[in-house]
Amino acid sequence: MVSRLREELRLDHAIIGDMVRSGAKVLDVGCGNGDLLEYLVLNKEIIGSGVEISEEAIYSCVEKGLSVSHGDIDSGLKEYPNELFDYVIFNQTMQQVHKPREAINEALRIGKRVIIGFPNFCHIKARLQIFFAGHVPITASLPYSWFNTPNSHFLSVKDFRQFCLKERIEIEKQVFLSRKRVINFWANIFALNAIFQISKK
Amino acid sequence: MVGKNKDQQIGFVKTKYYNAPANEKFVLESGASISELKIAYETYGELNEERANAILICHALSGDAHAAGYHTDEKKPGWWDEMVGPGKAFDTDKYFVICSNVIGGCKGSSGPNSINPSTGKPYGLSFPIVSIKDMVRAQKKLIEFLGIKRLMSVAGGSMGGMQALEWAVSYPKEVVSCIPIATSFKHSAQQIAFDEVARQAIMADPVWNGGDYYGREHPSAGLSVARMIGHVTYMSDKSMEEKFGRALKKKELGYEFTTEFEVEGYLRYRGDSFVKRFDANTYLYLTKAMDYFDMENDKGIGQVFKGVKSRFLVIAFSSDWLYLPEKSKKIVKALKLNGIDVTYCEISSDYGHDAFLVKSPEETKLIKHFLSSTRKKIKK
Repeated sequence: MVSRLREELRLDHAIIGDMVRSGAKVLDVGCGNGDLLEYLVLNKEIIGSGVEISEEAIYSCVEKGLSVSHGDIDSGLKEYPNELFDYVIFNQTMQQVHKPREAINEALRIGKRVIIGFPNFCHIKARLQIFFAGHVPITASLPYSWFNTPNSHFLSVKDFRQFCLKERIEIEKQVFLSRKRVINFWANIFALNAIFQISKK
Repeated sequence: MVGKNKDQQIGFVKTKYYNAPANEKFVLESGASISELKIAYETYGELNEERANAILICHALSGDAHAAGYHTDEKKPGWWDEMVGPGKAFDTDKYFVICSNVIGGCKGSSGPNSINPSTGKPYGLSFPIVSIKDMVRAQKKLIEFLGIKRLMSVAGGSMGGMQALEWAVSYPKEVVSCIPIATSFKHSAQQIAFDEVARQAIMADPVWNGGDYYGREHPSAGLSVARMIGHVTYMSDKSMEEKFGRALKKKELGYEFTTEFEVEGYLRYRGDSFVKRFDANTYLYLTKAMDYFDMENDKGIGQVFKGVKSRFLVIAFSSDWLYLPEKSKKIVKALKLNGIDVTYCEISSDYGHDAFLVKSPEETKLIKHFLSSTRKKIKK
């Protein structure tokens, strides 16, 4: 499961790489080992930095030559001035943020654009598992059980679109992924992961 | 010890001295001045052709210019030998590392125990009060004397970290990167309080004699107590528990006021060995300099690092209760508010404030990689 998830994230990286302008200033929130930032530095020559909670991950980031700040997401964004970054990225981290709405609004304050990649909770497989198997879904993008998941918020493509509408956030780009490729139809049913690029209206 | 692993060591080193021109006055932040400024320093590694690989290391309260390698008459290496040397965090195969004794110090730089040229006697308390900024300005003179225009990095822990921060603010164009470790941009009431207790211990020693004791018996009892207090604040509850617990020096309680617990013996030993190598007046001056240190003043946190150009690696230790990780986070916050490139890591450690001096693979990794990415950025 985990290795499949990793493969998927590589495709994520390529898609996010397509969204990000070359030479841009980027903050990766919950940057983990810094793989995405490193990819963006190498391929898009971005000026990158990250926020990360895991001490071990900090060492990996610094080894890659990245600037990263040790701390939690919910408090890690407040300290930046307005529009310091061209892009603020939450890739596979929004579902773990304590207060997602505050975090997204903070990200829209410190970044001109925000890119959010998250697993779609309403993928067909998840729906079938709930309906027929009667258990909390385990899919390629949500490979955990209830007792060991790092995720505390579950959302679908539709949920996110509605959120943006309600919060007056503009969706600039949206890309949906199945296991190995981009899909263009019935995203809320067939997308395992979604990546949105948003900005203030 | 040197022979054991020679290519991993710096080997023998000697302290050198910079003497300011005889007619030059060094004016301090207080407005007072001294003549014949002298700065003791050591260097390790080679300065490259572009003169772009120089790193200044700033020492803490009890440190000196002897950061690494061995003096011929010593069994122990310099105070940061774990971190400075070939292949180490401050890799002397790549970098030219400089460390100097601060002004006000007692290890060869101008300070209360050095000779006042106008009287021919040690200054004692007639030596003017120094600040962290004065230390940095004196170091700047040394750096200029060494022909270095720009430092690739300035690094230090505790009081050394304060100097590193002051460097970045005072000379923004001349500091490419800055590594403040276990430090703060202003001393807190608690830190001032501990320093004051230490100072009072020294000044309460009758031998101290208003700072005029050179050539006579030194106020060892007072300085020893000051150092004991210091040591308590440098360790953590856990590290003391693990190191000593309630262990006794003898098998049973003696029901008398002797050194009974191991922890008492340790502190006494630390205090006694400190007085052999350190000057009580310097302890007063340097703690005062730290207590005066406040980069924020009333400006507000967003103004502290305004105009600073360096990139930063800020390091804190989880069990440090003297310079809490919160203090380092404040530095990070103040840097972020100015959009300055900063890496921050709180290293899990049980060693308290002392952690920055203890051998730490984590600290080594962070500094090593931060320096090499700094070097790459310079080359670009």
